Amino acid sequence: MGRYLLQKLLSLVPVLLGISLAAFVLGAVSLGNPAELALSQGGYTPTREQVAAMERQLGLDASYPVQYLRWVGRALRGDLGESYSSRRPVAQELGRRLPVTLKLAAGAMALACGGGLLLGCLSALFRGRWPDHLIRAVVNVQLSVPGFWLALLLILLFAETLQWLPTSGNGGMRHMILPAVVLSTASMATAARLTRSALLAELGKQYCTAAAARGIRRWRLVVRNALPNAAAPVLALLGNSLGGMLGGSVIVESVFALPGIGSYALEAIGNRDYPALQGYVLLTGVTYVGITVLVDLASLLLDPKVRLEGRRL
Amino acid sequence: MKGRYSLQLVLALVLLGTVLLCSVFAPLLAPYDPITPDMTVCLQGPSAAHWLGTDALGRDMLSRALYGGRGCILVALAATVLSMAFGMLVGVLGGWFGGWADWVLTVFANIFQGLPGTCLMIAIAGVLGPGVPNLVFALVLTSWAGFSRVVRTETLRIREQSYIEGLRVLGAGPVRLLVCHVLPNLLPNVVVLFTTRVGRCVLSVASLSFLGLGLRPPAPDWSVMINDARLNYRSAPHLILVPGMCILLLLLGINLLGDALRDRLDVRNQEAKEL
Repeated sequence: MGRYLLQKLLSLVPVLLGISLAAFVLGAVSLGNPAELALSQGGYTPTREQVAAMERQLGLDASYPVQYLRWVGRALRGDLGESYSSRRPVAQELGRRLPVTLKLAAGAMALACGGGLLLGCLSALFRGRWPDHLIRAVVNVQLSVPGFWLALLLILLFAETLQWLPTSGNGGMRHMILPAVVLSTASMATAARLTRSALLAELGKQYCTAAAARGIRRWRLVVRNALPNAAAPVLALLGNSLGGMLGGSVIVESVFALPGIGSYALEAIGNRDYPALQGYVLLTGVTYVGITVLVDLASLLLDPKVRLEGRRL
Repeated sequence: MKGRYSLQLVLALVLLGTVLLCSVFAPLLAPYDPITPDMTVCLQGPSAAHWLGTDALGRDMLSRALYGGRGCILVALAATVLSMAFGMLVGVLGGWFGGWADWVLTVFANIFQGLPGTCLMIAIAGVLGPGVPNLVFALVLTSWAGFSRVVRTETLRIREQSYIEGLRVLGAGPVRLLVCHVLPNLLPNVVVLFTTRVGRCVLSVASLSFLGLGLRPPAPDWSVMINDARLNYRSAPHLILVPGMCILLLLLGINLLGDALRDRLDVRNQEAKEL
């Protein structure tokens, strides 16, 4: 297991390098001169001398490899540069907005996990009967519906017509319900599908047949025996989908006007604010890699074959 | 069970066929011009003259819906074909030749697989600015690695089969083996992967266009129509209902086709994980 861990960590090095390179290239090879962009926010046209001075100040007169190394060095110390538009440190702004996105992702994950396992169990329990068909149809729609459209429809129904929930903005829990529902849709559907197939595979095994023959009720068999055995891949899938939620949050935050890191990225794109965008790509990239590693470790620990390795049984 | 799969396949083909035919023959079917505004008939509900109503600039919703899928579908297809070509090249080369070439290519693919796809795609499209080539570039860059991984694993498996060894003994060269024997055996996997990826690309193009980073107005595109309606949809829900339903039906058709093909071709891969 120690060896496996070491291998895993080593394999992360090129990925992290790739992320930092991608973030750097996005800023460096962008259209337009960054120094000019930094100076010309707000419709001001800088003189050539001012641009040259800014270039020196931003270190843009150095070659790209040198710039990259400097940028990585600063990023490692937590300095992601200064936003062109707000003149504030990018790291600080990201830190201020991250909790909103995390709250949203946590809510979505809870919904996806609960909903996915529930739908999957029901589907497996009623296999081939109408609840199963209904759930599978719902799952197909969930996988096909574009998030932004679903968001607008939910606002139309629950906020405008029924007036149960607020339309948009950042507030208490109530503001998070609709965004979390939208963000969780696709993950819930994939989790439900995987739960169903894993449960059916599990129910086909001999211990389940034996238990059924002894008269144990089917729902009890599913919940008590089959589900714990089938849950590990579903949980791994959900963990991995957390990375996709980071991307999906851009759309959800934009529709619901939530001040998270996703809407920060959109604002950065709109303002051509490249340090902010670089910071966003770096942050989401590192978070994504971190999540994948944690999910890997968790599924290793959940797997008794690995956990008990070394202890001869 | 056989009958059920067929039902799924039929449903998928009907949905997809309808959407594709409507998009291809939009110039013949559309009763009005989808771009020219007509301010005399703004924001009308469905009527005999405008079956699906009109938008804020008085353009016929039916005509716009008919035209609305063309850009999105073409971009998604182009991006998927390119990612498939590149991913297959990398996957087949790595899986077939092995050794250090495989190592390099795998590390390369792992880097791309390890990047958060959607975030990066939005950032790339945002930096490069809207436009079809930029859009395709952003999509290909973030989706080729999925193809290469599946193709590499399959190539590794096929390479070890005894019939390949037999052919080699008979004197078949690597090009002949790859083109005549490995590629045809990759086909089922690639077809299923292609279908699901087209679906994901359509969704990505739609999302980017909705955010203003993909196809741009005045192009009559479904997600652009939904974005345009963000001010008015509360009073005129048909502005988002019509284009949204179109996207939903298209994606439903693609996804059902992918599932049906997977069952039919008996493909077992990690696609469920990647969705």
